[in-house]
Amino acid sequence: MLAVENITKRFPGVIALNNVSMELYPGKVNAILGENGAGKSTLMKILSGVYPDYEGRILYKDEPVYFTSVREAQACGIAIIHQELNLIPYLNIRENIFLGREILNKWGLLDKEAMRNRTKALLKRLKLDLDPDTPVSQLKIGQQQVVEIAKALLIDADVIIMDEPTSAISDHEVDVLFGIIENLRKENKIIVYISHKLDELFRIADRFVVLRDGCSIESGDMKGMDQDSLIQKMVGRHISIIRKQKEDQSVKDELLRIENLSLRHSDKAENVLKDISFSLGRGEILGLFGLMGAGRTELMEALFGLHPKRTVGSIYVDGKHMHFSSPADAIKAGLALVPEDRKKDGLVLGMDVRTNICLTTLDDLETGGLLNHDKECDLAEKYIGELRIKTPSDKQAVNNLSGGNQQKIVLAKWLAKKPKVLMLDEPTRGIDINAKNEIYNIILQLADAGIGIIVVSSELPEILAISDRILVLSEGRLTAEIPVSSASENVILKAAIPKTI
Amino acid sequence: MEAIIKLNSQNSIKKYTRSLARFQSLIALFILCFVLSILSDKFLTIDNAWNVMRQISVNICIATGMTLVVLTAGIDLSVGSVLALSGAITAGLLRNGLEFPSANLYVGFTILGAVLAGLLIGALLGVFNGWTITRFKVPPFVATLAVLTIARGLTMLWTKGFPISGLGESFSFIGTGWFLGIPVPVWISGIIVLMAVLLTRKTRFGRYIYAIGGNENASRLSGINIDKIKIAVYTIAGGLAAIGGIIVTSRLDSAQPNAGITYELDAIAAVVIGGTSLSGGKGSIMGTVLGAIIIGVLNNGLVLLNVSPFWQQVVKGFVILLAVIIDKANSKNQ
Repeated sequence: MLAVENITKRFPGVIALNNVSMELYPGKVNAILGENGAGKSTLMKILSGVYPDYEGRILYKDEPVYFTSVREAQACGIAIIHQELNLIPYLNIRENIFLGREILNKWGLLDKEAMRNRTKALLKRLKLDLDPDTPVSQLKIGQQQVVEIAKALLIDADVIIMDEPTSAISDHEVDVLFGIIENLRKENKIIVYISHKLDELFRIADRFVVLRDGCSIESGDMKGMDQDSLIQKMVGRHISIIRKQKEDQSVKDELLRIENLSLRHSDKAENVLKDISFSLGRGEILGLFGLMGAGRTELMEALFGLHPKRTVGSIYVDGKHMHFSSPADAIKAGLALVPEDRKKDGLVLGMDVRTNICLTTLDDLETGGLLNHDKECDLAEKYIGELRIKTPSDKQAVNNLSGGNQQKIVLAKWLAKKPKVLMLDEPTRGIDINAKNEIYNIILQLADAGIGIIVVSSELPEILAISDRILVLSEGRLTAEIPVSSASENVILKAAIPKTI
Repeated sequence: MEAIIKLNSQNSIKKYTRSLARFQSLIALFILCFVLSILSDKFLTIDNAWNVMRQISVNICIATGMTLVVLTAGIDLSVGSVLALSGAITAGLLRNGLEFPSANLYVGFTILGAVLAGLLIGALLGVFNGWTITRFKVPPFVATLAVLTIARGLTMLWTKGFPISGLGESFSFIGTGWFLGIPVPVWISGIIVLMAVLLTRKTRFGRYIYAIGGNENASRLSGINIDKIKIAVYTIAGGLAAIGGIIVTSRLDSAQPNAGITYELDAIAAVVIGGTSLSGGKGSIMGTVLGAIIIGVLNNGLVLLNVSPFWQQVVKGFVILLAVIIDKANSKNQ
């Protein structure tokens, strides 16, 4: 058993964990639940030796243990698989698995044969049918995850911590992963499983521990729990699911029309998007669903002028034929894109809230060719208030804010531009339930104000809750267009699953 | 609520340490001056102060352009060669004009004409840098390294490997003259610094420079024309290097074919000592100016103390290291 006793972890000015205690049992999948900022990651980093300075103690097999580095934690049998995988893409599976613990022959050189055989055995145990010499860059994300697990098994870890392991993999890959977890459980390992996806936890977890605002709230058996009561424990109050009346199915007042849009693959001679046509009305929310690799993000990028040389087809905005050779052109035509990865593509993380909000509209904020400080402050204040962005001031660097607030800043940046069409790529990924609901409300309000909205999402409940009409992409093709009144998870999934093998 | 208040107080502490960090190089400069004025009675004189200012004015010109480039997460290694070529073009046109024997044509140049031609060459080389970097995605290090060689070669071709001297007294005014009691090169570099400060802090263009260096993807998706901004930044860097070249040429009354060798490194040193991050998005023009002054004072002091030039290089190297190590320690604290 791995026990955490009265752990407190302080960062300058903030208490991330406050007197947290919990017990994690072998042969069980222990789920850790909590909103973003509840302290899950901090706790996992303490368990895996990333943060050596904390108050309280860790007991492992009834012995107090103290790790000053990840290596020490590993030596003790605790391995963590991070949300962002830590593999080196240019090295192959074998080299990645043995990184830092290479087997040497008697000459002190790498013993590739021995390592290859160990890797083969590990992959076989995890049912991953791949050559150990395959470069990791050629693996799917799900397969890379299995390689991470193989790394944990190599050091004979008894505690395996998985942080959001299913956030980027397809349903099939989830099944494979759960099969592996099942086996590890049978081997009496302590599995610690962190996820935002509650339905998943009901499938796989045996026990739960709920963290809220840095405190451990409750723990117990998953058996007998239901989704609502778990959510209530996480947020401390009940959340009602929002709904919008959708009666009208025909596209009225057409804002955007796409005809026969295709996008060529960046290196291969094939199309990532094939012959896509659809239209979007004023004030309409169009849900775009697709599994991983269906081409959702690519479609948004192509519409936004990011791949001008590889895109063919026609785009009409307000009936006018457009040609976008850069995002600047698309923005000029009234389009806006809230990208999937806000840290990589949405924000300048080192800059403050104000600068990020003002970035798209600087030409309106000038007087006499120079930036007007007051106008900038006014604009930032306006959106901090309207979108209820929680920040100590508009001079706060955005990398210090939570995911939900960061997402609101990206939204603010685009709302300031007064777009006609707002495209949101996975707008609620990785943000907590409260912030999610706030984002949904903002989206609904914007639609009411007449903006045409496209929401890309891989979460079916989300798509069903907010869309007026749902488009389904599968392997780069538009496979279904369903009014929400006749949509169900089954219908959508059927259209989304690839037909070719 | 409590958390927000905590964050606030934490912020004011942060602000305090940050402004302290900003003054750190200023404090270092004062200590340096204090020590030097004890060790040498020639150091703290007005003559010597102007002397230092005049010596660093060229580096300030180049380093200002380098700061803009580095803020976009780029680098410009070509500035030393561009400086030499611009100076040589200006000197050559001024002294010899342009002859076209086939057309039996001779074009003479006034000082203004020759200077403008020199500036044009510098700016064009900057455009070329920006073009290869944006159009062909050549890493800035490689693209400007190529132009370093190209421009040096062109300088040798233009000068045939010999200095071009005897440029006239009025041209010398740029490098050696005084205006309102201040040396002309100090005027030039001062005006450049002022304009660059205004540019970086008060204009859209300046904001875009920081945004691109901070996150190029997000900037592109925000509708910023990355290529245009980058080309403009390299063009400015080239033009400022050309101004440096004209000052150097005027001061020596001669264009040396090997002028400006390793000047790019002095400029980068000033940028780095001034606290600008080589990965882009963070830094300031005034920091770079301070960096250039520190290097200048150090050089001057070591000369006054009769330290061998070989040792000067060793000391300068350690100062650069020290500056970056302190900077790293500071950003970790934040």
